[in-house]
Amino acid sequence: MPYIPTTDRDRATMLQAIGVPDTEALFVDVPASARISGLNLPLGRSEADVYEHLHHMSHRNSHDLIGFLGGGYYDHFIPACVDEMASRSEFYTAYTPYQPEASQGTLQAIFEYQTAICRITDMEVANASLYDGGTALYEAAMMAIRLTGRRKILLDSGVNPIYRNILYSYTRNLEVEFVEIPVAHGQSDRDRISAMLDDKTAAIILQNPNFFGAVDDFTDVIQVAHQKGCMAVMSVYPVSLGILKTPGQMGVDIVTGEGQSLGLPLSFGGPYLGFMATRMVHVRKMPGRVVGATMDAHGRRGFVLTLQAREQHIRREKAMSNICSNEALCALRALIYLSWLGKEGFKDLAHICAQKAEYAKTRLSAIPGVEVKKSAPTFNEFTIELPCDASDVVSRMIDCGFAAGFPLGRYYKGMENYLLIAVTEKRTREQIGLFAEALEGVL
Amino acid sequence: MSAKNVYYTKDHEWLKVEGDEATVGITDHAQQALGDITFVDLPKIGKVVNAHDSLLVVESVKAASDVYAPVAGTVSAVNEKLVSAPELINQSAHGDGWLCKLKLFSPAVKDLMTAEQYETFLQEN
Repeated sequence: MPYIPTTDRDRATMLQAIGVPDTEALFVDVPASARISGLNLPLGRSEADVYEHLHHMSHRNSHDLIGFLGGGYYDHFIPACVDEMASRSEFYTAYTPYQPEASQGTLQAIFEYQTAICRITDMEVANASLYDGGTALYEAAMMAIRLTGRRKILLDSGVNPIYRNILYSYTRNLEVEFVEIPVAHGQSDRDRISAMLDDKTAAIILQNPNFFGAVDDFTDVIQVAHQKGCMAVMSVYPVSLGILKTPGQMGVDIVTGEGQSLGLPLSFGGPYLGFMATRMVHVRKMPGRVVGATMDAHGRRGFVLTLQAREQHIRREKAMSNICSNEALCALRALIYLSWLGKEGFKDLAHICAQKAEYAKTRLSAIPGVEVKKSAPTFNEFTIELPCDASDVVSRMIDCGFAAGFPLGRYYKGMENYLLIAVTEKRTREQIGLFAEALEGVL
Repeated sequence: MSAKNVYYTKDHEWLKVEGDEATVGITDHAQQALGDITFVDLPKIGKVVNAHDSLLVVESVKAASDVYAPVAGTVSAVNEKLVSAPELINQSAHGDGWLCKLKLFSPAVKDLMTAEQYETFLQEN
């Protein structure tokens, strides 16, 4: 029996009240291309039959590919302790309980997660998390607009194109002007950025490493931004912070990023984890939940949600954002993962990723017709130029058992022959060698 | 406060006019209703507001509330003491707890209540 709590009459009354002819009309905003016209389902079958059928279907997906695909989401090892601890029923079954009298464990975990995010980014305060890296960047853009009262945002085109699409679609009906600044040879065009920063600009949005893998130190650009009263927003890859100059050291005002690499499995569409951190002077303009440490009536340390007066359940339409939730379970996984690594482990991990990527560069640059782009230093991801279309190469590499990388032509015109390659600590020397041999074979 | 140059709004702001400048605050009634005030988001000097525009935000343990401009003008001064001591509003809403000053666009003050009218308004509501 389907669980439909309303009767036909209930629904007719509701549709009439909002002035819509039928339920179908509620979905007109979903593009036709994203909708299905109907499911051609056969008659009912037994549970065992259905299971068998779906299991069989699932094997039509490529699986067990050796991954060199990144583009913002990375194939890192997840230690067993992450699943073990995050799946404890105290954490797993509760829907983000916030009552301090009942939820000290959850609140303490969120507080510690915020502390961990502040430590890896070198920032002063972090929120309890947001949906994912892309929406976190949107929240940062809106925060910069609130802080400055300006409506123009400079957007470096080295920012993840998926995030840029999110920025555009979220702000489509808002009064926000984005100005994209093209990269020059895969690197941020700092002269052009500096020249374009003016007293109408709310923020410059940067990414480090950028989408092509280039690592930069934006301290100088950020100084110019501050001279013009602009906010500096930066999206970062958290694992890289074990080795790179941190956003805090560069003077960034708002840091965001995708936390998937911190103990979350790669999964089409998530759930992923957006993190956000800022400076204490901006905390009241930061969206999302924040857990603070305090003392109870008996002087014992405890944890509570703080700064709630600016949020949606109190401020309604004047809230700092419509985000009223967080990715508590994903944030918990990130906290467990970072605690397991520890301070030294976090640095070691970054070093291993960077070194393996350098080894992969050496192997790939030895292939005739392949050029490893070397205009900027990189972390664990880099761009190669192929003698043919990178999308075709990716398809052929799937047959060899590899997820070869991200074909840049998908988002950057004129870069059809460019492939973005990511290397994590999971890739062995042997796998990198086999990958290079397979690539040489398919070219 | 029943001086001739002091006016009140239905949103519980007070306005003290001196020449072409006016001081803005919230009333004692408002501070009592809000409870302990923890933060004042002061406007930037030079901010231009029309009457009824949101001027700034006062945050208390209960809520964050907009304070609206009683009249049109340009923010000419803010009470910097509130940055470190927002409780001044609770202690002295009509004195040391003033919020900001507006350079008035027009000396004529329209649609505002006198102290007596505000008293009556409070009793009726």
